[in-house]
Amino acid sequence: MESRRDFLKTAATGALVLGSQSKLGLAAALDQHAQIGKSKVVIARDASLHGTGAQPDEKRVQDLLDRATAAYTDRDHPVEAWKRIVRADKVVGLKVNGLGGKGVSTHLSLILAICERLQQAGIKPGNIVIWDRNARDLEACGLTLNTDPSRIRVYGNDVAGYEEQSVTWGSTSVKLAKILSRECDMVIGLPILKDHSMSGVTFAMKNMFGVVERPQELHGGGCNPGVADINCIPTIRDKVRFTIGDAMTSVYDGGPGFHPERLWRPNALIVGEDRVAVDHTAWQMLERKRAEVGMPTFEAAGRPPRYIATAADAAHRLGTNDPQRMHLMEI
Amino acid sequence: MKYRSNWKWAVAALVMVATVADMGCKKKAVDPFPAPGAVADWQKTSETRVFAAKDLWQYIDGDAEQYISAGVVSTSTSDYKYKGELEATVDVYTMGDAAGARKILESGQSSDAKVVQLGDAGVAYAQSVIFRKGPYLVRIVAFESSPDAPQALLALAHGVEAKL
Repeated sequence: MESRRDFLKTAATGALVLGSQSKLGLAAALDQHAQIGKSKVVIARDASLHGTGAQPDEKRVQDLLDRATAAYTDRDHPVEAWKRIVRADKVVGLKVNGLGGKGVSTHLSLILAICERLQQAGIKPGNIVIWDRNARDLEACGLTLNTDPSRIRVYGNDVAGYEEQSVTWGSTSVKLAKILSRECDMVIGLPILKDHSMSGVTFAMKNMFGVVERPQELHGGGCNPGVADINCIPTIRDKVRFTIGDAMTSVYDGGPGFHPERLWRPNALIVGEDRVAVDHTAWQMLERKRAEVGMPTFEAAGRPPRYIATAADAAHRLGTNDPQRMHLMEI
Repeated sequence: MKYRSNWKWAVAALVMVATVADMGCKKKAVDPFPAPGAVADWQKTSETRVFAAKDLWQYIDGDAEQYISAGVVSTSTSDYKYKGELEATVDVYTMGDAAGARKILESGQSSDAKVVQLGDAGVAYAQSVIFRKGPYLVRIVAFESSPDAPQALLALAHGVEAKL
């Protein structure tokens, strides 16, 4: 029988898994952050990420990812970092975002870098599912469709379909994508940072519009409370555990579609478990860029991302939007 | 008796007027996409996809609302490639009227827009060209920048304009 001393010792070293976190990885990291009572968010940057080309350099993207995950998990070796994030016996979904088309979708180089590290951490190729709404979105990311279960799987909700029964939370009633509800044990969100004509900002939480049928019905009120509500649906809340946000390329206005005249290269990744803190951080990054080019704030433009505060409120409790309760690491 | 005869003529005339009016109101089916090679060095690389207003979210979810509020009827889109390298997408929004096309064009302009002679009005940027002609709003976007892109996009835009 484990003594109280053993129990505390185990907890302090991060080996204890608590509650729902025990189902998947991330437990240790969560425990460490809980000790300081703050949500950790890492912004990793590389000013030379793009060089002179239109696409970011693959090697530099891998390095950037490794720096971000190492900083987040307090591990030096990238594979060890990934072993803190995922467990080898699980099916891991990567929810990319290709809605903006080829110009502003989750970068292929980032997706491939993550897949490589996942496999090195022990995830079988067939237990990695890269998905989005449909084939077009996936192809916009540069991906090739594949349903062969012996290889990394790449297909959309248009192939796997949606649940027959709707699930309801707050104001929303939606049908979940079967890839989320039936196939994945854990999901890592890979959104791309964009301005959004209605919600102001689209990033970690808004990316979940791609895991439900008919997301257009959630756009009312500037997507508030739609974004916060669907993230509270237990399947989404529990399975979508980590965000590796692609802020290597972004549009600071005119989104969510591709507007090259408003294209911007922050050359960054934004990483964290607390989806609200991640979105708040991303929002501030966009506000700074808009101020830099003389554009009005989202509030002045009439589309503040109010869903971020809603997600943090007492009814939703998805995370924190209070900078004082965040541990922001910029590397 | 005479009254009944006049009544029949009136009904017949009304039917005729209604028929003519209906024919006149129907827009001619337009294929705005230049065939492969019709514009020098540009090749059409995809099938044309068409979205009714109610399905526009499937193509541009999040952006769809502004087009719907401006009265979009349908949207057609095709991909093109210039000299086998520069990829671009041509979107043609068929609005309910010219005012809808104007609304979209004017709402999306930024200070670095360069006015170009295209249709009723048009602007160009380094990687995109947007213009309107009657009820049509055309947006052509290249996915990468290149020295050739501005002129190449303008040439493709003229090719589209000629078909509207």
